Amino acid sequence: MVNILNIQGWLLVLIQTSLFILLSPLLAGWIKWLKCHLQNRRAPSLFQPYLNLWRLFNKEVLLPQNASLIFRMTPYILSGVILLAASVIPFIFVRVPSAATADVIVLVGFFALSKFFQSLAAMDIGTSFGGLGASREMTISALAEPAMLMSVFTLAMIAGSTNLSSVIETLLSQGLVLRPSLLFAFAGLVLVAIAETGRIPVDNPATHLELTMIHEAMILEYSGRMLALIEWASMTKLMIYGVLICNVFFPWGIAESISVGNVFIAFFAIAGKLFVLSICLAIGETVFAKMRLFRVSIYLSLAFTLALLGLLSHIILEVGA
Amino acid sequence: MNLTDLPLGEQAILMLAGLVLFTSFSLLAQPRIVAAIRTFAWQGVLLSVVTALVAYDTGLHHLYLSALLTLLMKAIFIPWLLHKLVHKMEFQREQDVLHHPVLVLMGGAALVIFCYSIALPIQKLSISVTQPIIALSMAMVMLAMLMLITRHKAVSQVIGFMAMENGLFFAAVSATHGMPMVVELGIAFDVFVAAIIFGVFFFHIKDSFDSLDVDRLSSLSESDE
Repeated sequence: MVNILNIQGWLLVLIQTSLFILLSPLLAGWIKWLKCHLQNRRAPSLFQPYLNLWRLFNKEVLLPQNASLIFRMTPYILSGVILLAASVIPFIFVRVPSAATADVIVLVGFFALSKFFQSLAAMDIGTSFGGLGASREMTISALAEPAMLMSVFTLAMIAGSTNLSSVIETLLSQGLVLRPSLLFAFAGLVLVAIAETGRIPVDNPATHLELTMIHEAMILEYSGRMLALIEWASMTKLMIYGVLICNVFFPWGIAESISVGNVFIAFFAIAGKLFVLSICLAIGETVFAKMRLFRVSIYLSLAFTLALLGLLSHIILEVGA
Repeated sequence: MNLTDLPLGEQAILMLAGLVLFTSFSLLAQPRIVAAIRTFAWQGVLLSVVTALVAYDTGLHHLYLSALLTLLMKAIFIPWLLHKLVHKMEFQREQDVLHHPVLVLMGGAALVIFCYSIALPIQKLSISVTQPIIALSMAMVMLAMLMLITRHKAVSQVIGFMAMENGLFFAAVSATHGMPMVVELGIAFDVFVAAIIFGVFFFHIKDSFDSLDVDRLSSLSESDE
């Protein structure tokens, strides 16, 4: 077991988390760049998200007339919660002390908390768009959460632990095993990740068209540094899902012990994995059209069925009688 | 038995068996007829690959023949025939009505759990790799029955019927490593004839009712006038 009061370990967490947060706009910029090139458009620079954040941080904050404390607090709560979530994900090192303090169910709880406050803030100012976005977000997350938990439970049953570090260590120690349950859990988690990060078949991150937007409708009234914090948090959330999927299902390359060589290998391994994943995401977003909102429930029930099949196939096929 | 102790080939058998079950689920939830036919064809391909792998793993050569027969019948001939019929009747864009798809999917998952608990005593008698697949093949039969119940169009009911036959074949492969060749050839011939007769009936139903909706069969022609 990891010693929780380990100064060196916490230092690693600090470095890893700050790297995570600082690199997340780059991932968002890279996906946008890829999408633009796939769709024959001229792409903005890879560092455009950083410039956008910088611009927003320097702008003054305009608050709606009837904004309450919740509206003003939400950006800080949201970014704090996402920061905590980013710190428990094994990004470069497997064994981080923060992962021992918060397991994967707490991670799902972090996301739920962030969505709760975001929806509250959206309804707080009383515009129709806020309420619309909040109700849509809640509908989607109520359907996505069971699917996510189900695929997380599949992982936990394979590893015998809900701690992300031990899950990854168990999978690494087993080497290459063809597991039907992991395949289904992977497919289910990918579908959930697309829905939760507001990517294309569910929500379009680039649109401000009133009929279709979900995430954008909730943050329509924010400006200045508050908007910057929210945007940064949503970029980090995308990165969290990406790293989670890469490192749990393809854990090879992550640093098991702390040495300079291992850390370098781990960094380039995760960069390569995210590179492949973002190419798949960009191609998917180019090929598929956005779904009607009423079809999202069927999409998410597919995700739930996949995750449930993962759990069932683990019990039926892998454990045996 | 533990999955990590098995050689890679046997792990692949279990993995593909899982995928076969997934095709059953996607048949259950697929309202588009052309896509359902395609899913059915994929189920046939996966089934024949699993059978060939079992044949390789156990060294039973007659299973190669079953795999080939499955590939020719379930993955190529029947889907081709259904495709041709659908094109002839200009039903390419036809969708089956699917009431409460989410409930149907959840019901399917419940059936899988039910079949697992039913198959546990049978599994204890077998020591082969395919022992956990018995539950899956029973579940495939049940899921195909559920598809038969929930669908209204004749074409998708035929697909459900054929998927049920797939499940029975899978059960035979996993429980007893295939059936005697005479039985297998007989069943293949039956399915072949059934597919052709179904095709003839599609045309009859369409001529008389101008639709492939089976619910209309129960309405009397006098009461409409």
